Amino acid sequence: MTPPLPKFLRPTPPRPGENGRNGDGTTTAPPKPQEQAVEGVASVVGWLDERTGASPFLRGFLYRKVPKGTNWFYTLGSATMFAFLSQAVTGVFLAMYYEPDAPSRAYASAAHITNDVFLGELVRGMHRWGSSVMIILIFLHMGRTFFFGAYKYPRELNWVIGVVLLVLTLMMGLTGYLLPFDQRSFWATVVAVNLNSSGPVIGPYLADFLRAGSEFGPTTISRFYALHMLAVPGLIAALIGAHLYLVAKLGTTAPPWLKAEKKDLLTEEI
Amino acid sequence: MDRRQREQYLREYSILKGQGKPFFPYAIAKDGIMATITILVIILMAVLFGAELGPKADPTTTTYTPRPEWYFFFLFELLRVVKPPELVFLATIGIPTICLMLLLLLPFYDRGPERNPLRRPIATTAGIATIGAMTYLTVLGALAGSPTEIELATKPQYEEGKEITASAGCLGCHKIGENGNTLGPNLTEIGARLGRDAIARTLENPTAPMPSYANYRKTNPEQFDKLVQYVASLKGDE
Repeated sequence: MTPPLPKFLRPTPPRPGENGRNGDGTTTAPPKPQEQAVEGVASVVGWLDERTGASPFLRGFLYRKVPKGTNWFYTLGSATMFAFLSQAVTGVFLAMYYEPDAPSRAYASAAHITNDVFLGELVRGMHRWGSSVMIILIFLHMGRTFFFGAYKYPRELNWVIGVVLLVLTLMMGLTGYLLPFDQRSFWATVVAVNLNSSGPVIGPYLADFLRAGSEFGPTTISRFYALHMLAVPGLIAALIGAHLYLVAKLGTTAPPWLKAEKKDLLTEEI
Repeated sequence: MDRRQREQYLREYSILKGQGKPFFPYAIAKDGIMATITILVIILMAVLFGAELGPKADPTTTTYTPRPEWYFFFLFELLRVVKPPELVFLATIGIPTICLMLLLLLPFYDRGPERNPLRRPIATTAGIATIGAMTYLTVLGALAGSPTEIELATKPQYEEGKEITASAGCLGCHKIGENGNTLGPNLTEIGARLGRDAIARTLENPTAPMPSYANYRKTNPEQFDKLVQYVASLKGDE
């Protein structure tokens, strides 16, 4: 089945006589460099496809239909993902300069990034404000899913994955807040970990795990750093993959006020 | 949803989907525009607000009011709503855990076939109420200042202790007279209930989420003593 492409993307068939083609399939002129390039790309794609079998999957993903009536509210999920990608990229650049070794180095390297490194404050600012943007987008995306009833059959599992992603994103906010190691981040994290320790049964153990001991020490920062840049983002990336797989498999929901028309239902049943 | 409703949903959905447009290029174009706006907003905020780096963290001074990132205000402010100390665990762990479970298991107890928000009055009301409550708590958290002055009249021998107390971050959570916040217990009459030793013990080994002042005592023993003397003098009779 050929997907219905918009007009400007459809290739126009060559007129008879154009490009040296005779209209009956025979060619008189040698292929132009442009045509050779197209064929080169095609053969590379063919080579890859023969060895990976990716094209049916990609075609299914790209040309899957999106129900009619989908609107701008449906872009909030992918916008959240792009905010996460922006966090990942800026985070990689920050990790090139940040030193989680000991409290004094952590603060000094954060100050170095902010004051000395080329575009350092911009990248740190993007990472800092990107977290707020990502949190806002993830809540908006969840609100859309909730009010449109999009968590109902057959998409229950994707809702559960989404809630886990929300919790992991909040954990990124919590673990990242300590890393600049200024007064604000230190004392907020002391209170946050104390809040954890007030939990029943596992609370104190969780707090000890986060602090790497019964008090804030030199290893606390490296522990938060490892969680912030390895464990949690790894989990988030994996779960975004699962989330997207289910979206592609189950399809984007139609807006809840749209109903299929009676005549369509009847013809479908025959 | 019973089996018939599930099948009907899948049938209706496949028709609506069949009438739709392909993801590429239509939906992807919208997503791309939205992604561009998102990145531009992030860059704009970074340029406008920069990346503030406060003074270096110092575990020995407690002159800093703990303030979480704004998107945690709603959790932080729950502590204001729950007053009795023996119920604090409800605000810190209990209510958030219950809410999270309700959120996680939503599709398993809300199983009705109706998806239109206007025809799901309970779900829509609950959703709006939740958003309202979270917004209210976030605004409360944003408005709560970190005052560093106590206006309560004091006997001259406690004046210095009052200054120290005011700058030690207590008011970030506690109320003394007309100043301070109501996150923790009101301290205006704390001296009538606790003696000096009990106050010092609490400062060193506080109940969560209050930060410990043990380090402060080690590095600034004199200030710590004056702070304790001032707090113990608060009996509400002035």
